[in-house]
Amino acid sequence: MRMPASSPATEAPAHMDTSVEIEDVAVRFRTRRKDVTALHDVSLSVAAGEFVAIVGPSGCGKSTLLKLVSGLMKPSKGQVTLLGEKVDGPRRDIGYVFQRAALLEWRSARKNILLQAEMRGMPSAVARERADELIAMTGLTGFEDAYPHELSGGMQQRVALCRALLHRPPVLLMDEPFGALDALTREHMNIELRRIWRETGTTILLVTHSIPEAVYLADRVVVMSARPGTIDELIAVDLPLERDYGKTMSEPGFARATGRIRDLLGAATSAD
Amino acid sequence: MAVQSAREAPVGVAERARPGVAEQALRVLGRAWRPAALLALLFAGWWVITATGLVQPYLVASPGDTFAVIGDKFDYFWQNTLVTLWETLAGFVLAIVVGVLAAVMMVYSPTIERTLYPLLLFAQVIPKIAVAPLFVVWLGFGIEPKILVALLMAFFPVVISMVTGLKSIDPEMLQLSATMGAGPLKTFYKIRMPASLPHLFSGLKIGVTLAVTGAVVGEFVGANEGLGYVIQQANGNFDTPVLFAGLVVISLLGIVLFALVELLEYFVLPWHASRRVDAATTSM
Repeated sequence: MRMPASSPATEAPAHMDTSVEIEDVAVRFRTRRKDVTALHDVSLSVAAGEFVAIVGPSGCGKSTLLKLVSGLMKPSKGQVTLLGEKVDGPRRDIGYVFQRAALLEWRSARKNILLQAEMRGMPSAVARERADELIAMTGLTGFEDAYPHELSGGMQQRVALCRALLHRPPVLLMDEPFGALDALTREHMNIELRRIWRETGTTILLVTHSIPEAVYLADRVVVMSARPGTIDELIAVDLPLERDYGKTMSEPGFARATGRIRDLLGAATSAD
Repeated sequence: MAVQSAREAPVGVAERARPGVAEQALRVLGRAWRPAALLALLFAGWWVITATGLVQPYLVASPGDTFAVIGDKFDYFWQNTLVTLWETLAGFVLAIVVGVLAAVMMVYSPTIERTLYPLLLFAQVIPKIAVAPLFVVWLGFGIEPKILVALLMAFFPVVISMVTGLKSIDPEMLQLSATMGAGPLKTFYKIRMPASLPHLFSGLKIGVTLAVTGAVVGEFVGANEGLGYVIQQANGNFDTPVLFAGLVVISLLGIVLFALVELLEYFVLPWHASRRVDAATTSM
């Protein structure tokens, strides 16, 4: 890792519990023709309730990192600890949101959200109440009975978010959740995600391609480089907790962080 | 604030109002008149070549004679139709049961897939009409060999469509299911099975028409009842009107069964893309 040892962003603040601990992890794929190193020498510690964004060029293993945390994939080397427990196989104490909403088209919005409860065997009264709460929180009210094809991309992604939050997961993993949305909808979703994060206190790991999105939303931004995928730098975002979208964009802290990330990513791409 | 803008803008959600009965009837008429006109034209052509004496009546029976004989011998046709219908349905239902089970096993086990696939293909390419006599030797002159031929004919499209359907699931959906702590059984009946139904139904529609053919082929080889038997008898007696009537009834049977599967699909898959109101309006 090429990060400065004195950086205050290196480790999670000591007074908080650690939610996700990634220790010296490597992932290698063996294809028929060659060995591919997707991740190399990656260590990261995320505090409980922290919002961490991960940015980097395509193919740097950002999504792989989330798969490791969820246990959908196993590292070739190193280990991942989630909520104090070593990750070994798919974990159910997380929520996952993909770029595509991945909704079941034969279920209404509410039924899609409740899939989470049915699969886990949650008591249905509790689940229904929680679903109503989330529907109101994400602004889906009035669209509960609509089918996925009747909803816009932004609305579909809200449904996926509600589904991921239904069981109050302590950790939420988001893999480019707004990547397929238009710029305006994306801004709205950023504002709402920030608000939801503050209301729920969930630890969030967000993979994104958008530098402003990463800086606006996160406490810390992980900048990765490709081939092999590794962490370049951890950037602590110097912005207040209460972030008005428009005002934040013109803050000096915002400009500093985005500028630094652009420098890093620019260097990474020109080095290719 | 995104909420409000989405609620104000009608693009947020598609028009959900259902059209009234009169409007729907008009819509059905609007769609039905073209095929109806084509069918009428074919009947007119049939009538013209027989009425003008262009073709001898012992070669092609006139529409009048054909439908008159159905009326005259209604009980005869009805009884034999019921026999063929029963064979067809038994073969078709067995094909669904065996086909769906085989597809599920093949999707969950690559070893079973590799083992079964060549056998399936072999069972499909072997001419059913050539093995049908063998079934009669094995199973006798009852309905069993007919059911078996119907089963063999309908089986292949059911398996292939079901395998395609089960494999078409979004892999992210399966990963999501794993993070929800769902076991394979729950994942199957909550996600995989419903997601495969649109594919399965296209296989069922092909399968049901092939099952009719299978039953009739089985009857050709050795039977003393059923529509295949009716046609064979009529052929032996040079009774062209009965032969034509048999053809008409078999076709009707196939069409009715196909329509029933479509109707079932309509009720089972109201959510599917092909059933959407906006899709229907743009096709008109």
